[in-house]
Amino acid sequence: MTAAIPISLEVNGERVEADVLPRLNLADFLREQLHLTGTHVGCEHGVCGACTVRLNGVIVRSCLMLAVQTHGASVETIEGLSDSGEVADLQAAFRDRNALQCGYCTPGMLMAAQDLLKQQVEPDRERIREHLSGNYCRCTGYQAIVDAVEITARARMGRVL
Amino acid sequence: MKASAFSYARATSVGNALELLVAHGDKAKVLSGGQSLMPAMNLRLICPELIVDIGEISELRGIAVSGGVLTIGALTRHVDLANSSEIAAHAPLLTEAIAHVAHPAIRNRGTLGGSLAHADPASELPACMVALNATVVVRGQTGERRIAAGDFFKGIYETDLSAHELLVAVELPVVKKNAVHFFHEFARRHGDYAIAGLAAQAIVEGEAFGDLRLVFFAVGDRPVLAKAAARLVKTTITPELLTQASPALAQELDPQDDQQASSNMRRHLAKVLLARCVGALLGRPDLAAGGTA
Repeated sequence: MTAAIPISLEVNGERVEADVLPRLNLADFLREQLHLTGTHVGCEHGVCGACTVRLNGVIVRSCLMLAVQTHGASVETIEGLSDSGEVADLQAAFRDRNALQCGYCTPGMLMAAQDLLKQQVEPDRERIREHLSGNYCRCTGYQAIVDAVEITARARMGRVL
Repeated sequence: MKASAFSYARATSVGNALELLVAHGDKAKVLSGGQSLMPAMNLRLICPELIVDIGEISELRGIAVSGGVLTIGALTRHVDLANSSEIAAHAPLLTEAIAHVAHPAIRNRGTLGGSLAHADPASELPACMVALNATVVVRGQTGERRIAAGDFFKGIYETDLSAHELLVAVELPVVKKNAVHFFHEFARRHGDYAIAGLAAQAIVEGEAFGDLRLVFFAVGDRPVLAKAAARLVKTTITPELLTQASPALAQELDPQDDQQASSNMRRHLAKVLLARCVGALLGRPDLAAGGTA
């Protein structure tokens, strides 16, 4: 049973068939087998949030999931959200507000921020901080990230109204 | 780090999972939400030979209320507890506590049964189960056992669950009309493991407690149901009485020293939590005033 196990899943809207060893986590599967390197690997024990992806529509830590567990699931990575334009305004706000420096945390930050904005149209700063509390950034001090998310929320409200 | 190599089996039913557990004993580990198991494996704190994935056993998921008992399936995720109107109505302590369990991405995967079986003394849900007088339901090949939450937790990562059994559900008595609750924890970052925390469930009769269950966590090797609470029941609580209960509580606790806090700091924080809790539950800010951290 330590042999590779076949899995079939959807990644960013495309069907993927693969054989994976049980020990392979989802982050490494995305990066090494599918070459989707936007998903970053930081702490590998669920603390830093750099590996955040969407699984069946909700955000999860891809370092804390085995690739075999995603059989039959739909996975969306930062490449998917970026290419579809879903987070284009959020990305622009991050750029405008200097909400990144080294950029290592940014894919996970964008995944978590977009998750919040889907749930709540106008979160206050405290709520933004709470939702991003599982994502470490060592460069910005978070103020600029909270600014970027807040500005995006307001801009989207304007567009809706 | 990466987990060491292991075999993987996707259990198709509780019976199938139990067969695998009986065949492999303590060389096997049950994978539920994986939010505690996977970190431990990635850090190579544990290296199981077989992972039994119970994630597809849908009968273990769900929340139901019947005859004054709230039954929560072991695979019910934290996010489902947080969003459940049944939990909010019948065990509001749990609704409040769940917001402190890790972060959204982890709450989307983590399960109640997984958290209880893992039995980290710093985690919130085991303490809530003791405070709420829960019964833990475990199943083995010979049948089910029902264990009071207070007897289930045996030490750091240790429970009454044997390697051949599966935690399948918890049962909570629906809270009474005059029940009140309190939850608070001190942590460096929202969602981190607590440095010290308190889950409390009480009955208030007039201006006194009819019952008071104070369960401290991260201050011992398991959730600690404070005996000192007995001093505060069915009596008028004065600041003096609370001052007397405070050292009695500190004596019951056996907190560890670690990089986050010394044992003395944890004892101090537990006393702060006690004062804040009693003050909040009775609506007496004069009592909580002693509780400055």
